Amino acid sequence: MPENITLGRKTLAKRVGENDQPGLAGLPQDTNTLTVATEADGPAEYYSKFFNEMRGPDGEVRPAYAALAELLDNLSIESLVTKQNAADELFRRLGITFAVYAEGGSTERLIPFDLIPRILDRSEWELVERGCLQRVKAINVFLYDIYHDQEILKAGLIPPELVLLNPAFRPEMCGVDLPNDVYAHVAGIDLIRTGPQDFFVLEDNVRTPSGVSYVLENREIMMRLFPDAFTGQSVSPVGTYPERLLENLRSVAPSGADDPVVVLLTPGRYNSAYFEHVFLAEQMGVELAEGGDLFVRDGDVWMRTTEGPVKVDVIYRRIDDEFMDPLAFRPDSMLAVPGLLSAVRSGRVALANALGTGVADDKAMYVYVPRMIEFYLGEHAILNNVHTYVLRDPKQCQHVLNNLENLVVKEVQGSGGYGMLIGPASTAAEREAYKARVLQDPDNFIAQPTLSLSTAPTLRDGKIVPRHVDLRPFVLSGRETSVIPGGLTRVALREGSLVVNSSQGGGTKDTWVLER
Amino acid sequence: MLSRTAENLFWMARNMERAENTARMLDVSFRMSLLPSSLDKKAQFEPVLAIAPGDGRFHELYGELSHENIIRYVALDQENAGSICSLIRNARENARAQRSAISSEAWESLNATWLQVQNLDYEGLMRWGYRDFFDWVKERSHLFRGVVFGTMLHDDGFRFIRLGTFIERADNTARILDVKYHVLLPDSEQVGGYVDYYQWGALLRSVGAFRAYRRVYHDMVYPWRIAELLILREDMPRSLHHCYEVVVSTLDDLASKKPLECRRIAGQTYSQLRYGRIDKVFGEGLHEFLTEFITRNNALGFQIQEDFLMTPLAMAEAV
Repeated sequence: MPENITLGRKTLAKRVGENDQPGLAGLPQDTNTLTVATEADGPAEYYSKFFNEMRGPDGEVRPAYAALAELLDNLSIESLVTKQNAADELFRRLGITFAVYAEGGSTERLIPFDLIPRILDRSEWELVERGCLQRVKAINVFLYDIYHDQEILKAGLIPPELVLLNPAFRPEMCGVDLPNDVYAHVAGIDLIRTGPQDFFVLEDNVRTPSGVSYVLENREIMMRLFPDAFTGQSVSPVGTYPERLLENLRSVAPSGADDPVVVLLTPGRYNSAYFEHVFLAEQMGVELAEGGDLFVRDGDVWMRTTEGPVKVDVIYRRIDDEFMDPLAFRPDSMLAVPGLLSAVRSGRVALANALGTGVADDKAMYVYVPRMIEFYLGEHAILNNVHTYVLRDPKQCQHVLNNLENLVVKEVQGSGGYGMLIGPASTAAEREAYKARVLQDPDNFIAQPTLSLSTAPTLRDGKIVPRHVDLRPFVLSGRETSVIPGGLTRVALREGSLVVNSSQGGGTKDTWVLER
Repeated sequence: MLSRTAENLFWMARNMERAENTARMLDVSFRMSLLPSSLDKKAQFEPVLAIAPGDGRFHELYGELSHENIIRYVALDQENAGSICSLIRNARENARAQRSAISSEAWESLNATWLQVQNLDYEGLMRWGYRDFFDWVKERSHLFRGVVFGTMLHDDGFRFIRLGTFIERADNTARILDVKYHVLLPDSEQVGGYVDYYQWGALLRSVGAFRAYRRVYHDMVYPWRIAELLILREDMPRSLHHCYEVVVSTLDDLASKKPLECRRIAGQTYSQLRYGRIDKVFGEGLHEFLTEFITRNNALGFQIQEDFLMTPLAMAEAV
């Protein structure tokens, strides 16, 4: 899961208060009154400031939501709540959980699921789809390039040190040719929406993105509990994902393997995404292997089975680069397969995703993705980046330091929301302290404006209310590149919150793409 | 199937079967201790400690042989790897590692069993009633076997579970007989005596065979018949013969014609049980017979792990 875009309720209210709005007209604009005014500012008022996925500015229902709106009008809120409870019960019974482990024991938590789907019509989806395909294609060419001739560096479009000194850059992969030149076989692109045609990319995930099991399970549960909602409209199916993934994985097998053996490599049952690993392995009908099940012998990778060693051709790995091979990377890794890197380099086994993809998705490289698209594909980026200040540039750095209270500042390599400064929610002292950190090593920071995530109707405490959402479509690359129609919609369930992370009160929704 | 998966399934079944057998042993020993008896406590409980030895630290940790200490150590002590609670925990951990290889019902059954004993302490067990607790453990074990049988694909995974169950069960039956073998030896002073009757009865009950004995023999309890019932009788589900019948046919299915060493060991033992006679067993010495059986049964367990590549050494040699 990506790092958060955090903004407290209070901060947002203040920002809203600063805007010209009818309810506040004529009030003196000093801090005290502002605070009072924001307290009085109801949630409806607050949420009215953001793009609403279901309704237009005047409250009219957007065409994609027409059938759903009619259905919701005809259903009592009680029956919705009953369905919602049934959904929670189903998730628990099927064991669709995230594991949270504490010393001496473990608990398994449900990720809250919201019954009201998020709907995209054909044209909206086509925009998202084209944009994601374009982006992942460019990223794959970029990865090929920097591990081969490094044309983009020679052209001076990206500062070489950003690539070559990047901790995620793997010199071991230089000159290694991969089947179909694909590096990021599975990518998750995090998008936010601010207007009818305004989708922004928040983050590219091309290491080991997770969440697709929720896309499939959410749909299963919706079809089971809410069949009425599907009648009268055709929703693009998502259930073929495991099949397509398997096909893609088999297509990148080393040449000579006519019936390639694919395994899913998991860190094991203590990993928080273990459920997803079990789920995908089951759905694809491949073995769910741990490091100890695989070994390298005579240059090939084998798995230990009850019928003897079986040669492995493709490893769909859900383990980070540095844990993959103790001979090459972290020697203390218990998850790894000694000698794996040499098998990869000599083309005897394919890894999905490839080693060293992380260099393409850190926050410093993010800024250059539109340039990659222009350089490699000769196209303009279809999806916008969120405007990003790069603090290694002294001018931009100065601008950011002068406007800290309006910006979000992040570490380039940081994730999970750690080590960031949320300007509007910070105190003057915090800003001063952070400024000192930035000045010590400006290269390590970027800054972005606060974001206006769109809202979608959500069932909370027996009422349908707007809540902020984002979207993570999943892109598969093999012989062809394709996007599963839909993706993971995450919703910030807490009122006024922009945090969609499951660890901080985030939930998920089924995401519908209408066929016409 | 991955060797690790097979190994976990094999040990999941062994752990659960061992938990049941330990509960059976405790049950019988406690029943015996309520009877007027010439035997002292030591004689009643030493067999329990000998069969379910765990880490063998009872005397060091608890000292005195009392009901309470036995319960604490053999039923509850989670530091003791051989206690009922530890065995259930281990079975559940084996299952959790292989959730994709077992049915969700099988997982839920083991998980629910573990949740019940996870925080069980001595006081809680006393409120429960220890006899009821032993019955419950037996029931959970029956339930587990039934769920596996009724919900899982009868494929290789299922076969490794069966192997685990029956190898563990054979070991347990042989150990119980061996520990009590002195009771079974014809001894003119005690034959027909009061103590003998209860000792024999207890032995039969500990393997759930008291009624079976009556039905099969319609007669008084004679030691050689007990031995025959538990060693050679084909239709007695806890007899060595029956266990090996399952083991041999399961190995045949798993090996699909490959001449694995484990099949040879199992077949050799099986033919002894199938074609042996009880007077010959007694003639050569019951204790010697059982000791040898236990050794060979252990060797079979190791050989299975080796033949199906569950040990690193076997794996390295196989490429």
